[in-house]
Formats: sequence, structure tokens, C-alpha cells
Amino acid sequence: MRLRAFFMKLQVSSSPHIRDNVTTFALMRDVVIALIPAVIASGIIFGLRAVLVILVSVFSCLVFEYISRRIMKRNNTLSDLTAVVTGILLSFNLPPTIPYYMVVVGAFFAIVVVKQMFGGLGNNFVNPALTARIILAIAFPNAMTSWTAAEGPFNFLRSLQGADLVSSATPLAILKMQGSAGALELPSYLSLFLGNISGCIGEVSTLALAIGVIYLVSRKVITLWIPLSYIGTVMLITLLGGKDPFYQLLAGGLFLGAFFMATDYVTSPVTRNGRIIFGICCGLITGVIRLFGNMSEGVSFSILLMNILTPHLDRFTMPKPFGEVKKHEKA
Amino acid sequence: MFSGGVHPKGNKNTHDFPSVRLDDFPSVEVLLQQHVGPPCVCVVKEGDHVNVGQLIGRADHPMSVPVHASVSGEVTGVSYVISATGAPVEAVAILSDGKFTIDPSCVQPTISSREDFLEMVRSAGLVGLGGASFPVHIKLNPPKGKEPDVLLVNAAECEPYITSDYRQICEHPDEIIDGILAVLKWISIPRAIIGVENNKPLGAETLIHEIEKRARESKKDVPVKVRSLKTIYPQGAEKMLIYSLTGRKIPPGMLPHDVKTLVMNVSTLRVIGKYMKNGIPLVRKRLTLDGSALNSPGNVNVPLGARIPDVIKAAGGTVEEPSKIIMGGAMMGFSLDRIECGIIKANNAILVFGSKEALIPPESPCIHCGRCVTACPMNLMPTGIDQATRRQDPEDLEFYHVMDCIECGCCTYSCPAKRYLTQSIRNGKTLVRAERTRVLEEKKLREAESSGLAGKEAHAK
Repeated sequence: MRLRAFFMKLQVSSSPHIRDNVTTFALMRDVVIALIPAVIASGIIFGLRAVLVILVSVFSCLVFEYISRRIMKRNNTLSDLTAVVTGILLSFNLPPTIPYYMVVVGAFFAIVVVKQMFGGLGNNFVNPALTARIILAIAFPNAMTSWTAAEGPFNFLRSLQGADLVSSATPLAILKMQGSAGALELPSYLSLFLGNISGCIGEVSTLALAIGVIYLVSRKVITLWIPLSYIGTVMLITLLGGKDPFYQLLAGGLFLGAFFMATDYVTSPVTRNGRIIFGICCGLITGVIRLFGNMSEGVSFSILLMNILTPHLDRFTMPKPFGEVKKHEKA
Repeated sequence: MFSGGVHPKGNKNTHDFPSVRLDDFPSVEVLLQQHVGPPCVCVVKEGDHVNVGQLIGRADHPMSVPVHASVSGEVTGVSYVISATGAPVEAVAILSDGKFTIDPSCVQPTISSREDFLEMVRSAGLVGLGGASFPVHIKLNPPKGKEPDVLLVNAAECEPYITSDYRQICEHPDEIIDGILAVLKWISIPRAIIGVENNKPLGAETLIHEIEKRARESKKDVPVKVRSLKTIYPQGAEKMLIYSLTGRKIPPGMLPHDVKTLVMNVSTLRVIGKYMKNGIPLVRKRLTLDGSALNSPGNVNVPLGARIPDVIKAAGGTVEEPSKIIMGGAMMGFSLDRIECGIIKANNAILVFGSKEALIPPESPCIHCGRCVTACPMNLMPTGIDQATRRQDPEDLEFYHVMDCIECGCCTYSCPAKRYLTQSIRNGKTLVRAERTRVLEEKKLREAESSGLAGKEAHAK
């Protein structure tokens, strides 16, 4: 076949001319897959209602993203799956009995205010799901703090029969109660690990989340600098504070927050050292709030505060170019 | 081992194919500037008959490297053409008579001093054949006090697809070792290390075998060692290679001789070895031809100036309409707009991509994932540079050390959002250069004004 140069349409572009296989879509798809065990666990532990909350959240996020992009005359980005991830993570931070309309309000804040109004994917300066959760906690404090007792797989069957769920206190709240009258018994490590406790939809089952983490790490979606430095710092502070570090690890939203929320690409540092400092500072804030604060939970606030510092961390921890010597050193 | 780097699919499809000499070229277009530095002066005119190895471009400037005819035949014209990089360059078009008559001026050189050696290297038309086109006679003559204590031979060949250096090693190990020993002798360098990536074990063995043979024959130790390198892109980049083989780091803005090192591509050394035997200057090049649009990928030995469509045709042609033709490797090569241009000394490969291979997905927003930061072998922050360039912020670009980028393409390769990072970084460099010039000009203007003012005051007193 003779090359007729004159008629050929050749692509001309800057080097490099090849690309790795990884795409934004593939990364988000892996995150969704990693969250599926926790979705299933929430259904087993809290019943159908929890799964419906997740679905309402994801659906609302998708709808809000589509509408806001249309109104702003921007391209349709539903196919990158980021709205789905935000939807799942938002619902994971809500109690199972939260009224559906509040879920929709949360989705609105997450997608339209935090994400799209700042320019869409890559431009938000704080974690959308987490910020929405905090807004809901402030706007609807009662609904956001009514917890349901987990009665194992029976909850699923009970909810199908239309029975109401029994309310109970979260493990961290129970911890704060200790020593006062009417304090409940601390749940066992096994209950904490499996998720046979009350709490937010996605935070209770450490086992389900851990399966997701193993998947994410094996697919090279997240690095472990942030989660390990975050959790390590919390455990260290708890130890110094005379409390049980393993209880802290398994209770509350620390496991979910450290592995799935703090590692959000857009709002966490790009450098290794930046990530370590980010994790340690998150750990410090969470630890201090949990030990000394009024609230039993501190994860959302610590991640939010550190999100804001991320650009500064990036600049501060910028690596030295290869071969650069300090001015007082000899070349 | 440097940090960063990426592992693109090797695609060393032509690894085991012996090089094929191709001579079926009706005409060639030899550029008069195939080196870093001012172009050569043309010494032939239309109608002249030339032979292989005859001088057609004289190197008047100390940095220039002469250019020779690669075919015998008649000069049909001397004119400006657009090179692969888009710049206008003077070129000599020669109509080949198919005989490849060697010019009588090509005789085995005699060398009795270092100056003779440097002059010989220059007369051979030699530039760095790894792709940089730096004049070798300049490189072999570093400033006083910066004499190298080791010669590093770059046989890494880390780019995907390209196997021309590897085939060179398999087919002419003797001439390579000859070249290395000549450089060690005449430039007074005590030892040499050949760096070969560990995906080329046969290449390493061949060289070791040749070195051992020399040691046996001369009954002396041969100060040339072969070291196996981890297979990772860009292992063959100068700074990375020096670090991997010697642990020395080149500070930004400096050169290998500042750390007493001399780096040369293995094919450049082979040309030295060959020239010392037969005196025929650099007029042919070994190229890897690969890409899914080609009928039969392989390594070919073609005359310099052979036009790319002729090379592709002589090598077996195409099986589908090419979507992209690249002069060079997949990571650092130039995608061609004008494919009629001729092969130059710096060429190591022609890649002819089909539509699937050439497909690059559209850009999407940066998700701040950090893969580019991890991949960068120079420890830079490509995403930061990209943002600063888009903001047109030269001050921030200086902060991000944009000028230290070696344009290897690792960042762009690893980006999930498929952003054109390397391109953006190049734009950033242009911005910084323009800003530095502007600042310099302003400073000169202010100095001129203030001294002019002082002159007026002195005059008034």
C-alpha cells in the first residue's frame, strides 16, 4: 500500500504518544466496587431502610449533577461516576432512620454547592460528602443523632415485615457514658468489628470496609500514607490519654473516614510527606475531640479542617528537584 | 535507583529481528544541520556529482559537525525544507545512481594525539546518536578541571518499541568495544561502565563476552564493565543513568562533566570504532520500524536523508492507513506533519501507528491524584506546573522549578485524566524564558537610563 502523503490525515500531537490504561472512570468504579461490601452489610445490619437511603442519596446526587451542569451550560459528567461515589459516601455518614428529604438536601449541598458551584470535578476545596454531612448535622441535629440498635441479620427480616427499628446509643456515646448512672455495657470487639452496633449506615461494619480497603490497595487506587498516619496518631493519642486505642479504631467513623474520606484525591495532598502530615493532623484533631470534646465524634471536622490546609501542605512539602543541593552544600 | 519513572508496555517486538540493509532509495534529502549549533555551510551545488562519504556541508563554526553524502549520484537541489520539529533547515537533495560509490577521500584515519582524535571524531560527522545530537568532539573536550574519571556507555534503550541499540550490540559488539577503548585511551579516562537494562540479557552477555575476549588476547585487564540496570523508563535519560551507575547527581543547570562523568550512547561509540577502521563518515543509520500499521516491523539500516515514505515502502509498506507517524520513540518522539522529510543522525526509530494505537482519550479535569508527582523522575510537581501555566503565572512556575523538567513524558503517561502535562510544561518553560528575558531587558533599560542621567548631571556641573 503506497503512502500518499498528500492525502493522509495524520494526528500531530505533543510527546508522549502513549498513555497508561488508568482512567478517572476506572478509579471511581474501583471505589464503588470497594464500597459494595459495606452496602450489603448495611442492609443486613439495619435492614432495607438503610439500602433505600443509599439509593436515594446516589440518585439525588446524579440528578443534581445533571441539572446543575445543564443550567451552567457545562458538559454532562455523570459518566465519570464521581457523583455515584459522593452519593454512597454521603449516605454512609447518615443514620439509617434519617428522613429521605434530608438525604436529598444533603445531596444538594454536596453536589451543587460544594462541587459544581466551585467548578465541578477537581475544583472543590473540601470533601463534598463530608461537608454535606456536617451541614445536615447542624441543620437537623435531632434526626442526625437518632441511632438504631443493630440486631444482626434479624433487622433485615423485621424491616421487611414493617416493624420499627429499636433505637440505641453508638459505641462512642456509650464510652462517654461510662462511670455515670444508667451507663450501657460497652459492645465487644467482635461486635464492633462485624458491625453489630448502632451508628451511621456505612461506618459500623469494619469488616465490610476492610474488604473494600484490601481491594482498593490491590488495585493501587489509594496509598496508605494518609490512613495509616491518621489511625496511628489517633491510637497513640488515645493510649496517652489512658483509653483503649483498639476501641477507638473500631468504633465510630474513624475507619471509614481514614480509608475512604480522607483519601479523597481532590482534597488531600499530592506529595508523600504532605499526606503523612495531613494524616497526623487529622489524627490529632480527631483524638483531641474524642478525648476532651463534648461530641463523641470528631472525624468529619478534622478531615474538613485539613482539607482546607491541603494546598498549603502541597506547597510546603514540595520535593526538592533531583540533584538540587542546598546553597551551603558543595555540588 | 532514582525515584519515579513508569513502566510502559515494552513492545520490543523487533528485538530478535536482525537488521536489514536497505538501499532502494531513488533520492535522499540530507539536512545541513543535524547537530546542536549553527548549520553547516553547503559546499556543493546543483548538478554536482557526489560519492558516499563526500563532504557536502562544511562545519565552519567550532560547534558545527560536518555533513556527508549518503548516496552517490547527482545533487538535484539545495533549498530550505521544514524539518520534523517544524523549523526551516537547509537541505541537499541527491538523486541516487544506485551504485553507492565510496568517495576516495575515505581512508583509515591515523591518530597520534588527543587533538587528532577529537578532529577525527568531528570529521566523522559524529553527534550524540541517542537523540540529543550534541557534537561529540565538544563533549569529549570538557573544560579544564572537569576531566571525567569514568565513561558511561548508555545501552539502556528504555523507550518502548526501540531496539536499534540492542541490535547494534548483538551485531557489532567488536566495533563498540573498539570505540570505547579508543575514547578511554585518547581522552585519558581510566574506566568505562556499560549500562544495559535487564530486559536485554543477551545484549549484556554479548558485550561481556567481547570484553573477556579482548582481555584474553591482550593478556591485560580491560577496564570496561557491564552493569545490569533495572528496566524502567527513563533509565536511559542522562541524569538517571549517571545516578543509577555511579550514584552521582547532576545539580540543576549543570552537565555530566560537572560531576566528572562522560556519557555516550552505545551506537555513537560503534561509529567511532567503525570509522577508525574504514574512514567512512556517518552516512547511514540503524532504525527500528514498528507500529501496528506496518506490514513487517523490524530494524533497518538506511542512508541518512532517506525520505520516510521511501523507508516505510522499502521495509515492506503498510497494512492500514497510518493515523500517526512518529520520528523517534513513543515517549519522546516527534509526531510528523510533513512526512517527506529525510532521516537525520538523531533518528532511532520510525513508529507508524494505526488508529487504535494512536488513540489518545480526551482531557478531563485534574483530580489531584498525585500519580504525576510519583512518576516524575526529577521530583517535580507536574500538576502544579500545569495549573501555573494555565494561569499564566511565571513566578509560580519558577517556584515549581519548571526549567528542571527533562520532558520525559512520565507524568502525561500516568495521568488518569489524560491531561497533556508535558505539553503544558513546555508552554510553561516558554513563559518563564520570556519573563526572564523581559526582566533582564527592563534591568538593562533602567541601568542605561540611570547612567544616562548621571552623565547629564556630570555634564551640567
